[in-house]
Amino acid sequence: MKKNILHILPVMMIALSVFNSSCKKEIQERNQQYPALAPSNLDLDADTWTPVLTASSTFTVATPDVITAPGYLADLNEIKSYQRNLTSEQKDIIKYWSAGSVLRWNEILRELVAKHNVPPYQNQDGTYPAPSAANPLAYPLFPFSNPPYAARAYAYVSAAQYDALVQAWKFKKQFNRAAPYINDVNIQALVPKSTLPSYPSEDAVVAGVTADLMKLLFPGDLDFIQKKVAEEKLYRIMAGANTRSDMDAGEALGKQVAAVFAARARTDGAGTAGGNPEVWKSFETTATAKGEVPWVSLELPKRPPMLPLFTKVQPFLFSNASIPSIRPPAPYSTSSPEFKKEADEVLAMSNDHSREHERIVNYWADGVGTPTPSGHWNTIAADEFVKHNYSEVRWARNLALLNMAQMDAAIVCWDAKYYYFNPRPTQTMFNIKTLTGIPNFPSYTSGHSTFSGSAATVLGYLVPEKATQFMAMAKEAGMSRLYGGIHYRSDCDAGLASGIKVGEFAVNRAKTDGAGK
Amino acid sequence: MKHSLQYITRYCLAVLVCAAFTNTVSAQTETDALMIPKNYFCAAGVYTHNSWDHYWEGTFKRDNANLGTVSSNIYAVGGNYGLSNRVNLLFMIPYIKSNASAGTLRGQRGVQDINLAVKWMAVKQEIGTGLFSVHAILSGSIPLNNYEADFLPLSLGMQSKSIALRGLVNYQVGRFFIAGAGQFVRKDNVTIDRDAYYTTEMHYTNQVAMPNVTNFLVSSGYRSLRFNAEAVLTKMTSTSGFDITKNNMPFISNKMNALAAGAVFKYSFSKLEGLELTAGGNYVLQGRNYGQNTSFFGGVYYVFSVKKDKSEK
Repeated sequence: MKKNILHILPVMMIALSVFNSSCKKEIQERNQQYPALAPSNLDLDADTWTPVLTASSTFTVATPDVITAPGYLADLNEIKSYQRNLTSEQKDIIKYWSAGSVLRWNEILRELVAKHNVPPYQNQDGTYPAPSAANPLAYPLFPFSNPPYAARAYAYVSAAQYDALVQAWKFKKQFNRAAPYINDVNIQALVPKSTLPSYPSEDAVVAGVTADLMKLLFPGDLDFIQKKVAEEKLYRIMAGANTRSDMDAGEALGKQVAAVFAARARTDGAGTAGGNPEVWKSFETTATAKGEVPWVSLELPKRPPMLPLFTKVQPFLFSNASIPSIRPPAPYSTSSPEFKKEADEVLAMSNDHSREHERIVNYWADGVGTPTPSGHWNTIAADEFVKHNYSEVRWARNLALLNMAQMDAAIVCWDAKYYYFNPRPTQTMFNIKTLTGIPNFPSYTSGHSTFSGSAATVLGYLVPEKATQFMAMAKEAGMSRLYGGIHYRSDCDAGLASGIKVGEFAVNRAKTDGAGK
Repeated sequence: MKHSLQYITRYCLAVLVCAAFTNTVSAQTETDALMIPKNYFCAAGVYTHNSWDHYWEGTFKRDNANLGTVSSNIYAVGGNYGLSNRVNLLFMIPYIKSNASAGTLRGQRGVQDINLAVKWMAVKQEIGTGLFSVHAILSGSIPLNNYEADFLPLSLGMQSKSIALRGLVNYQVGRFFIAGAGQFVRKDNVTIDRDAYYTTEMHYTNQVAMPNVTNFLVSSGYRSLRFNAEAVLTKMTSTSGFDITKNNMPFISNKMNALAAGAVFKYSFSKLEGLELTAGGNYVLQGRNYGQNTSFFGGVYYVFSVKKDKSEK
């Protein structure tokens, strides 16, 4: 036994060291590497840029204390007291938020979308419960942030942030109070210095407007949202970039702007886009009357179609009346040889075990539990925008253009889906196997293609040197649905084309909104 | 006494233990006290069938009409070489085909991960009327192709390199034995095709930190020269990871726990020296983010000496 122990111990030591030194556990996430935002251009003229909804609104911001007033001096002392002994946790908060307010809130929104992008589980009797905004924490949690819901959420938040910052720039110029680190040499700037007037705080404006809209869109997550607001307010104060009065005034302004957007959201038609059994039946009747095979839900138990009346939601970039002029032409008739030919192509894709196809399908799947396709394009945009050192207001403007386009793309796409009510490939050919889940709505046109066409068009305008690359990504996103066995090629081609059309509305807006490129 | 030692040294690779959702494959050899003698080689071919139609989403047990019954067929080849009477080297390579009986998701097929192990009988001691042994097993797995891991529950495996250390004690009196083992599996990060994913928060990376795993088992049974029967209770626990939320998709870094009961039978032919057959099954009694898997397996082994005149038989 003793002899055994003599050789057991060294062997065990070697085994343990091999064991502990193998297998990586560290991960560097991209968004943790984002540098502190140091705008290359302060966009001091942003007060003249055209807002989305608030061009004729009136907002009030209280006149700030002069920098010699006791209230302001007390604010400065608060900063100094924080800066005397910052904990490592507080330094982490500064590092996190310093990447930019619009950027971080966009990430937070993507996270909420991903959390809520889960279809409700069926009832015992095979029906499905509907989430209720009035009771968001009861199962099924409100909302089910499916692709149209998500696209709309991104649009409202981004557009409202943009308007709020345009308004903030007006007051900044009017009151022209410098940052604490300029007014007091004993205050350190723990973020890049800026000569942009600090009252009201742009960070607080963004926090205020975003949080109030998120309360509407994600009412069950208030604790999380409020924690983020409190953290960001503390961040600017600890960093010496704003005083508490800068933050309070900014948050109050943000809330006023949020009220304008929330009023629109409450009446934009999204609340009734789910339809009812009669509506669901009418699509089927219409398609059958035209001699077409109508779409049916392929889920078990059969699930009502996703947001069939989303076409009635009020777009940002054009009116509902102009939707028919953007609507893509009719798909191949379900009895035509072209339809059969396209279905055969999907079957061939289904039988193709190429790993590259799997990679593309999975990269663009953006299904259940993700920020959805429009959220993926927000991620792509954010990773790109970080390189351009935009001011907060330009960040917001560019994301507003992107997300208004994507929401309107959702409206146009959902219009086509229910106008034509075309079946999925797997509905007509039972031997097609799919590489991703089949979404619960009609096939024509592809939502991924439409979202991506609109997004690539907007991003290509904003970052022209990457326009070709963005469009290639959009095409790949579309093709991923064909490779995955869930869309015909024409769904993807027509979706991409109408997405590009919608994107051009946003580009035309961008050309005349006063912000330049 | 001499007999029981013979029993221990007679058998080689036993069964594949396969876990639902992930097709985790490990050789039973790693979990038993059986060694093959120096300069013997055991070649093995094992077939395993797994299936489940209920699974646990977190702790919520459900079925899913959009998946029906999820099944996999695993065809594995393996080998066990006696480097010495106390040190065995093992490998195993499985080919897997997965399938869902309902819905449209496409089953996967392909070679999964190679499993390599060094098994060391560190202690062999007569205690009372029986033989007591302690074994240490260092094992690892390496994916052999770039199959898509992020396609649960139909993916072939987790695409994770792993390394595991197991301690095993065995006590045999006459033809009856009882054994217990504990294992810690350390898993490497996995690269997925996506550029971001949500667990309980967003992660902007294609790297996924995988939960480590502990395995505990107790087994007991009968071993004779020709016939072997044993019952095994296994408890697998992820040391981290998160629950699948209701009606959500499974993800590779879920907390996957299972308690399974199984039985193994083995028969050696007296006429065909070195040939062994094995069969058995496993059933998941309780799970978390796990399919309630039933598995059946059958295998053929052939043990032979790689050096002549070295046999002590």
